[in-house]
Amino acid sequence: MTEDGALLVARVVSKRFGGLVAVDKVDFEIPRGSITSLIGPNGAGKTTLFNVIAGLYRPTGGEVTFEGRTISNLSPHQITHLGIARTFQNIRLFQAMTALENVMVGRHTRMRANPFEAILGTPRERREEREVRAKARELLAYVGLEGREDEFARNLPYGDQRRLEIARALATGPTLLLLDEPTAGMNPAETSALTRFIRRLRDELSLTILLIEHDMSVVMGISERVTVLNHGAKLAEGPPGAIQRDPQVIEAYLGRGAADLAKRGETN
Amino acid sequence: MSTGRPTAGWWQTTTGARRRRNAALTAAALLLVLFFPQINDALNLGLAGKAIPIAIFITLALGLNVVVGFAGLLDLGYAAFFAIGAYTAAFLTSTVSPIGYVHDHPVNFFLTMLASAAVAALFGVLLGAPTLRLRGDYLAIVTLGFGEIVPLVVRNVPEYTKGTQGMNPIGVPELPFVTFGLATEPWYYLCVAVVLLSVVVTSRLRTSRICRALVAIREDEVAAASVGINPVSTKLFAFSLGASFSGFAGSIWASYLQVIAPEQFDFSVSIFVLSMIILGGMGNVYGVIVGGLLLGGFDRVLAERTSDLLHGIGAALDLGLLREADLTKARTLIFGLALVVMMLVRPEGLIPSARRRLELHLAEERGGDAAERRANVEPD
Repeated sequence: MTEDGALLVARVVSKRFGGLVAVDKVDFEIPRGSITSLIGPNGAGKTTLFNVIAGLYRPTGGEVTFEGRTISNLSPHQITHLGIARTFQNIRLFQAMTALENVMVGRHTRMRANPFEAILGTPRERREEREVRAKARELLAYVGLEGREDEFARNLPYGDQRRLEIARALATGPTLLLLDEPTAGMNPAETSALTRFIRRLRDELSLTILLIEHDMSVVMGISERVTVLNHGAKLAEGPPGAIQRDPQVIEAYLGRGAADLAKRGETN
Repeated sequence: MSTGRPTAGWWQTTTGARRRRNAALTAAALLLVLFFPQINDALNLGLAGKAIPIAIFITLALGLNVVVGFAGLLDLGYAAFFAIGAYTAAFLTSTVSPIGYVHDHPVNFFLTMLASAAVAALFGVLLGAPTLRLRGDYLAIVTLGFGEIVPLVVRNVPEYTKGTQGMNPIGVPELPFVTFGLATEPWYYLCVAVVLLSVVVTSRLRTSRICRALVAIREDEVAAASVGINPVSTKLFAFSLGASFSGFAGSIWASYLQVIAPEQFDFSVSIFVLSMIILGGMGNVYGVIVGGLLLGGFDRVLAERTSDLLHGIGAALDLGLLREADLTKARTLIFGLALVVMMLVRPEGLIPSARRRLELHLAEERGGDAAERRANVEPD
């Protein structure tokens, strides 16, 4: 356990691509059980920081610890095994698999049958397959995809694909869920439904959630803590109300004329 | 059957008439295979000796299908593992083996088969471990090189391998009441048993979580890793499992032929096996068998018979061209043509795997940006 209940801590994390500094010495914490949002204008380094946490990128400086353990030197699959799951900005489902198979694949890291047991079809392996199948159905029902188990992922409507990706991430048995722009491309009704769903995830499954989001009504509505990145560096951090009033943030992120818009988001 | 496997074979996913038809078809095929030597004798087909190499090549195709069909890894040097298996068998059982002890105490052949498979798998790991980390088609190039190197090494170390002269004799299987010698029947049944075993192993693998992970990696390696699949070790497993099939088949090949030499394992063998898979239907165990039967049948039987027929016609009509025609010399040309036609008409193969066909269509829809999408982890 780490100090003051932080589940994940990033210390002076930097990521450079050649001459480009995408993430610049960012200190960042995700309190256990919180919904934390990462916001910032396009190109601010949000997804890069995300990819550093998920192990897709190795930071060029600093380190990331998860439950007190350094994870910035681990591979993505190892980090997933430790309990960090993610979705992608531009949905990356396995298109040629059914919805059920997508979720079952997500369970891979929690399965124990080795390849030889699989070939021999031992009772243990068969039982495990049955259990995983049942679990996958349960998760699909939980995200609201009951009855669509056998549809190919590619044939699902956009919103359902987002939900399926979340179900797949949940199947890995995470304690921390990283959602990269989960409401991108959704209409207001879908967005508010998903926002409620994210809160439900945290409350019912006692997850900690890190969100990258552009939709301010979502960010201000559900997050307890907001971190603002700009040009790769941390600009501000705090509860949504304070962030909304922070003149620097309004200047850099929302633009001067958008202060009114932010006010309207607050009253929603 | 309610084992509840999602990517199950036809006997679990289809129902009713189709299922009965498939079961009947399988039963008929099994009967035909089991009584083939008797049928062959009764009809005087003269195919008994041809069936054995065809069966060995089908085993090779089933193994390569794990690598190419399931894992989507292009292995162009599969014959190298075949050679490694064959030479392992020779080293362990031949009187000309470089291991002196073996001259008087040849290793039991069934143990040798396992050893050949294990040694081939080990070489698969050695070759795959550094290369499978790379993306793209590096593996194809590396395996191509490996396929060239192995026969060259064999040729250039005659003090161990007898070089181009070849190693002979090689140990044969020993079973009570059965002699593995010149009679083809014991060999035939041994090969059929090996093919059936390969079918069972690869079918089971196909419905397991390992294959599910392989399909995921094949489609999107980044997403697969992010759901907790270790892409390198999973691919390495598939690659070396495929290699072990090749090694296994190599030991039987060596024992059946009684002499092995480097030129039996050149590049064209790898391509021949690959063609079987592509023709039959990548990823589909039954498709691969059909592909193997067709190409193997053409290679071993039809090319010869057709040439004889052409010679006959040529002689009757007094056409010099037909009288001289020899299709066996044009076999690579004919395989090449078959593949080109196949790619144009039915790129998924004769009996395709449903998933492979879907993936092909997806790739078409996405066009060129699929590779790009894979290469880039979406930047901010």
